[in-house]
Amino acid sequence: MENIEIDNQELVISIKDLKKSFGNLNVLNGINIDVLKGENIAILGRSGSGKSVLIKIISGLLKPDSGLVKVLGQEVDKITEKELQALRMKIGFSFQSSALYDSMSVRENLEFPLVRNKRELNEKEVNEAIESVLDDVGLSQTINQMPSELSGGQKKRIGIARTLILKPEIMLYDEPTSGLDPITCIEINNLILKVQQQYKTSSIIITHDLTCAKITANKVAILLDGKFLTIGNFKEVFSSNDANVKAFHDYNFIEKNENTEK
Amino acid sequence: MQSNLKKTGVDTENKYLISKSIDDFFGGIYNVSVFIIRFFREAFSAPVEWKEIINQCYQVGYQSLALVSLTGFITGIVFTKQSRPSLSAFGANSWLPSLVTIAIIRALAPLITSLIAAGKVGSNMGAELGSMKVTEQIDAMEVSATNPFKFLVVTRITAITLMMPILILYTGLVGMMGAYLNVHQNESTSFLGFVASAFKSIVFIDIFSSIFKATCYGFTIGVAGCYQGYYAQNGTQGVGRAANMAVVLSMFLIFIEEMIIVQVVNGFR
Repeated sequence: MENIEIDNQELVISIKDLKKSFGNLNVLNGINIDVLKGENIAILGRSGSGKSVLIKIISGLLKPDSGLVKVLGQEVDKITEKELQALRMKIGFSFQSSALYDSMSVRENLEFPLVRNKRELNEKEVNEAIESVLDDVGLSQTINQMPSELSGGQKKRIGIARTLILKPEIMLYDEPTSGLDPITCIEINNLILKVQQQYKTSSIIITHDLTCAKITANKVAILLDGKFLTIGNFKEVFSSNDANVKAFHDYNFIEKNENTEK
Repeated sequence: MQSNLKKTGVDTENKYLISKSIDDFFGGIYNVSVFIIRFFREAFSAPVEWKEIINQCYQVGYQSLALVSLTGFITGIVFTKQSRPSLSAFGANSWLPSLVTIAIIRALAPLITSLIAAGKVGSNMGAELGSMKVTEQIDAMEVSATNPFKFLVVTRITAITLMMPILILYTGLVGMMGAYLNVHQNESTSFLGFVASAFKSIVFIDIFSSIFKATCYGFTIGVAGCYQGYYAQNGTQGVGRAANMAVVLSMFLIFIEEMIIVQVVNGFR
């Protein structure tokens, strides 16, 4: 599956001079980034560099200290609780840990956000939506299973399915391929592309995995010391001579190749 | 000189710790107050999670039955056995049913049941919500445009507040059955004789105060358990701490409430 070209200029996420600190620790120190409609942006950075904090601020889970965070034309930290809830229906969040509700079956996990947000749906429509979204992630057979019975890759896919059931306009992926084997990583990468094309979503993908970034993203941004070091397409970013960018690239590609040769 | 410096350092550290403890204490009271206000605001706004409230009532009520039955029954027998010698010394064995009934309905049933519920239900709420918090399940509910407070907290506090009066009345009845068995064995009192003697001394305010206490204790256990779990931090250690604090805090508050309610109710007798 190939990544699509973005030819429109409609902004879905706009972040200007975003700052966030926890106590004395400055995590985000003046972030600026725009996400266009239909675009996938991968954000790379060292552990603890604030990548997850950034998407938690976009989804309204955390409040910024200062700066502008506009999502679908609304400033997430300035809107009312009701408006935030309505906005969240248009944002899908795939957690690093999948965060499936472990006391509910796969069906109940998918049903949970749907029946609470679309109360007008009857039982038949709810069932159809669940079956359709499970079919999209290729896990129809797991419908009655409990999360504890699923593999890591299956949990990630069900987590993505749970967000897709509300048909979001924006997807936020927090390390979608972490802790997975290479084959499952390919499946997840293809799923991210499929979601972009089938559901017409714009996405921010937080990852350490350069292969994931290369396959799924239209743009790549590298986060360092609370700021973006560089933003551009994969080729532009990794043709840089910056030591930090090179370190990322070399670890992911040269080390892997050397290990394969050994 | 060095020793003086060291002493000044220790003093400053002590002052800092005392000031931090005071801050934490008042901060905690403020946070719990906000939590309770949010509970009432969410509890009386649509939509109501009826299905989950019923599910939680089942979890809290039905699943505690075995434990409170056993404890209530044994308490009835033991209390009767322990009271008999003192009454016998005055030749007042016939007062045993009313004495035991007053003790069970007014004090023992509410206290025993609520302490058991604090241990069983309160710790369960703290651990369950704490584990959901640290595994990001609560955040997942929030970002999927659902209200985790309404689904997890309001349902649990409502369920235990509704179920505690029923559990306490049930414990009282089971405790009286235990007492009756012991009285029947030793004094050959008939069942109807025991019941007539027992209920002769019970007035409306005794039952009312028991139900009122039960409601207060249930609400306290629910708030303590859910508050500790909902704001759990620091991974598995935080989950353990939430469960533990839920029990300790509930028990402490139940004893304080018991003292206050007894004083107030005695004013109406």
